[in-house]
Amino acid sequence: MQLSLIKHQGCATPFLRHLLDFRVYQTRQRSQCCKIACTVIRHRWMKRAPVFCTHNTTNKMISTQADKENIDMSKFPVERIRNFSIIAHIDHGKSTLADRLLELTGAIATTDKNKQVLDKLQVERERGITVKAQTASLFYKYQGQTYLLNLIDTPGHVDFSYEVSRSISACQGVLLIVDANQGIQAQTVANFYLAFEAQLTIIPVINKIDLKNADPERVEKQIEKVFDIPTEECIRISAKLGTNVEQVLQEVVKRLPPGVVANIALFGGYLSKGDRIISAYLGKSYEVNELGLLRPDEHPTDRLYAGQVGYVIAGMKEVKEAQIGDTLYHQKHLVEALPGFKPAKAMVFAGMYPMDQSDYSALRSAVEKLTLNDSSVTVQRDSSLALGAGWRLGFLGLLHMEVFNQRLEQEYNASVIVTAPTVPYKAILSSAKLIKEHGKEEITIVNPAQFPDRSVVKEYLEPMVMGTIITPDDYIGKIMSICLNRRAVQKNMVYIDDHRVMMKYLFPLNEIVVDFYDLLKSMSSGYASFDYEDAGYQPAHVIKMDILLNGKPVEELTTIVHKDRAYSAGKAMCERLQDAIPRQMFEIAVQAAIGSKVIARETIKAYKKNVLAKCYGGDITRKMKLLKKQAEGKKKMRYIGTVQVPKDAFINVLKRKDK
Amino acid sequence: YIPRSDNQDVMLECLQRETETLLKLSQVSRITSVFFGGGTPSLARPSTIAAVLETVARHAGLSEEAEVTLEVNPTPVGSSKLEDFLHAGVNRFSIGVQSLRDDDLKVLGRDHNSQHALQTVVEARRLCPGRVSVDVMFGRPGQCVASWELELDELLSVCDDHVSLYQLTLERGTQLFRQVQKGQLSVPSDDITAVMYDSARRILQKRGYLQYEVSNFARNGAISQHNMSYWKASQYLGVGPGAHGRFVPRGEGDVCREARTQTLEPDVWLREVQQRSHGTRRRIPSPTWDCELEEVLVMGLRLIDGITHQHWQLFSPRADLYQILSSSSEVQDLQQTGLLILDDRGLRCSWQGLALLDSMLPTLLLLLEAYITQGLQEQQARGPIGDQRHGGQRVSKPG
Repeated sequence: MQLSLIKHQGCATPFLRHLLDFRVYQTRQRSQCCKIACTVIRHRWMKRAPVFCTHNTTNKMISTQADKENIDMSKFPVERIRNFSIIAHIDHGKSTLADRLLELTGAIATTDKNKQVLDKLQVERERGITVKAQTASLFYKYQGQTYLLNLIDTPGHVDFSYEVSRSISACQGVLLIVDANQGIQAQTVANFYLAFEAQLTIIPVINKIDLKNADPERVEKQIEKVFDIPTEECIRISAKLGTNVEQVLQEVVKRLPPGVVANIALFGGYLSKGDRIISAYLGKSYEVNELGLLRPDEHPTDRLYAGQVGYVIAGMKEVKEAQIGDTLYHQKHLVEALPGFKPAKAMVFAGMYPMDQSDYSALRSAVEKLTLNDSSVTVQRDSSLALGAGWRLGFLGLLHMEVFNQRLEQEYNASVIVTAPTVPYKAILSSAKLIKEHGKEEITIVNPAQFPDRSVVKEYLEPMVMGTIITPDDYIGKIMSICLNRRAVQKNMVYIDDHRVMMKYLFPLNEIVVDFYDLLKSMSSGYASFDYEDAGYQPAHVIKMDILLNGKPVEELTTIVHKDRAYSAGKAMCERLQDAIPRQMFEIAVQAAIGSKVIARETIKAYKKNVLAKCYGGDITRKMKLLKKQAEGKKKMRYIGTVQVPKDAFINVLKRKDK
Repeated sequence: YIPRSDNQDVMLECLQRETETLLKLSQVSRITSVFFGGGTPSLARPSTIAAVLETVARHAGLSEEAEVTLEVNPTPVGSSKLEDFLHAGVNRFSIGVQSLRDDDLKVLGRDHNSQHALQTVVEARRLCPGRVSVDVMFGRPGQCVASWELELDELLSVCDDHVSLYQLTLERGTQLFRQVQKGQLSVPSDDITAVMYDSARRILQKRGYLQYEVSNFARNGAISQHNMSYWKASQYLGVGPGAHGRFVPRGEGDVCREARTQTLEPDVWLREVQQRSHGTRRRIPSPTWDCELEEVLVMGLRLIDGITHQHWQLFSPRADLYQILSSSSEVQDLQQTGLLILDDRGLRCSWQGLALLDSMLPTLLLLLEAYITQGLQEQQARGPIGDQRHGGQRVSKPG
């Protein structure tokens, strides 16, 4: 309880403080010399979490431990440090296992109330997913020795894979959790490869063996077949009941290589309060004001030693200065930046506008705050005649976009209009003049308004993704046909057991951004799982499609589409507009056009009658009031030629369809 | 409002008192028409009607030719009293037939059947030949175009010289509204009611009824004088609970027409009249000419003849209709598509345009507003403009 209070005070400190402080979560020693290098894997304000029901119990335990103030971190030589992470498909029990591990090691009290202790954001708890990586240091006694196990809980979905890969690069091993009933799913595969490529030790854990339909043997065989890991290496557990969880900790100690051995073998460097460190990315120097461990709350210590994972508060002024993956080193000892750092790349773009323009500045501040917390979101100011001033935001994926919106709504109480997501296209310019203007041959097009004409372009490129689909074989036919419809090319297909198939398809990203996942789920009765990873760009025949109302183009509805998809996209857009625009005195042609060629058309028929058929003494006042209101409303209409379009008509067409 | 029998006398006294007060306030010298409507005035005692008319005659001139209309619900009770009403001074009956389909009448919540309706029309025509109006409603739940045409033909064969044609409007809070909301009943779509309106207009025309307003048709010149006063923005007094009026309270030295609404709740209205001789709840003076002009425009365009330049001149001596409207491209579009006519006679809707009036009005109102705003700015620079009043006074009385 005590700590709970302290924590609340911490939350009450002005936001500015959070701006100025940031924490670095991994320290690493380079082997070449006695230099300190740190990789930033997470920011401090990620920890400002909403209070939840288990808080009291949690904090009580932590506070008892916190009483032993100065843990002498030097007591943990690298040999007794294990950094590991848990990866799994959604709902396979990652967070539940984390809860059990925290309980077993005494980091939190053993109670049936501990649920997803590390998932602190409201959106995480609601969706049952992890969005922000969280770290906890566990002390575990094994064969008379106390080990420091750093658990880095990661998001499961590839949208957050930049968080995943950061976390993974801080680890030496992972626990790969697979549901004993559902078996390997698409995310399991994606996460496995992330860990595999990072050359980590992988411990397969089969969870939920207590379930009635659990079939751990089948899952073990799948793991052997897909990942080439011998069945004997799998640990069967029930995180819910705590069965065999202790064994997981033992295996972590036994199988995982200790700390960052290569670095520590040469020199036991350390980082202490007051040291000056330099960011390799920006070249700026900072003073270390505070540093410590995470258990999972911040626990200040005087020093961090090689192999340990912790946080640093230094005098950084902007979140951009704290780039995930950056290398920090001691001022006096220059090092080469650690490999693996790349700024997160936006894959999906969507316009975001305030519901009411008067909310613009409130929304701006909410977006700013949230992007501080999640620096992977790119922000570009944008404006639309229909929607007013707003932004074009870039996200790492669809789930990322949804999570961002949900956080905006839940944590900042902002109501926004989100337009249908688009993807960034590229164009290789052929016009020398344009190349000079842009300073390069290849340009990225985020806004359809900037789409260069075919005549000045050598070729257009569209972003591709490699999609993994795992499904019971009953649905293969249906799934293959929707993939074909989405211009996907099959790259691979294997049976992972008697009934389940894993398919790999190369998709144009644009084809999956809106509703592919929902479609896949509904046509496989929820059994198929899907995940994707970036697969670069490919030449594509994309074109600009205009929407016309009685022959006049509607700027805000211009879209970039693939030639083969133009007709269906144009038709869908026309149909939605037909529903959204009220009938008027004249007929309205709603058309989709490529250049001067009309490819789809819907017609809004003219009104034949609009007159109140009764108007005497008492009706007159009411009638006048109504007409005045309509006249006022008319002023707010957007005119495309003579066609009056209510603002919400565009909103209805532009925003994502409700699921 | 059905007063309890013991306060019929109180009701009468109050109606008389309010009539007297408002007549004095308006200082009108001649009443050209009286309309007893709203609710079910035919439930009132004929003596009440007679007494109110006497009051009117006593305080202002009420000529022999004045049109005195009574709204009648075609129930057997109402029908039997028609002759007494005639003797009380009523010379025109407006009968709320609504439909000749008994099932529909039930759905509409009417307590008469088609037979009662036809009998009432026959009786009214016997008493006031050429001065009987019939209300009929289309767009009713389950109605189709063919059955509507048949029904209208049937009705017209017994009708007198005046027909009012209404489309059913679903009012929030009514049972009908809820039934339609719940999907228990379905009303014809907008496209269907458009056809119904159009075919009714043609059938009526064929039968010799000339349309003179959006929902009013007359044969042999039997136009309702009283209703014309609404559309021509003349003066009228509203007497009784919830009545609306527009008149110049000259008794208070005013020169502009004022919109007045009487208290709606009968008991409260009674008390107010007893205490201060009238139950006026709301007064909206139109000191500037804009509200007035908007009403002249909106109401005037409901008439088949529209607004003549002379009529407009009465309310807007400075700016004629050409000045206000003719430069607008939207008005030009409306003229080109043949919906609106602006010529030497004035401004009016075409046959086709009349059915689309409500779609045109916001455009016209905005133009008028723009002109007025501009006019006011100029006026502030030049000084106030004079009075522009006109003649014609009526009394309107809900019972």
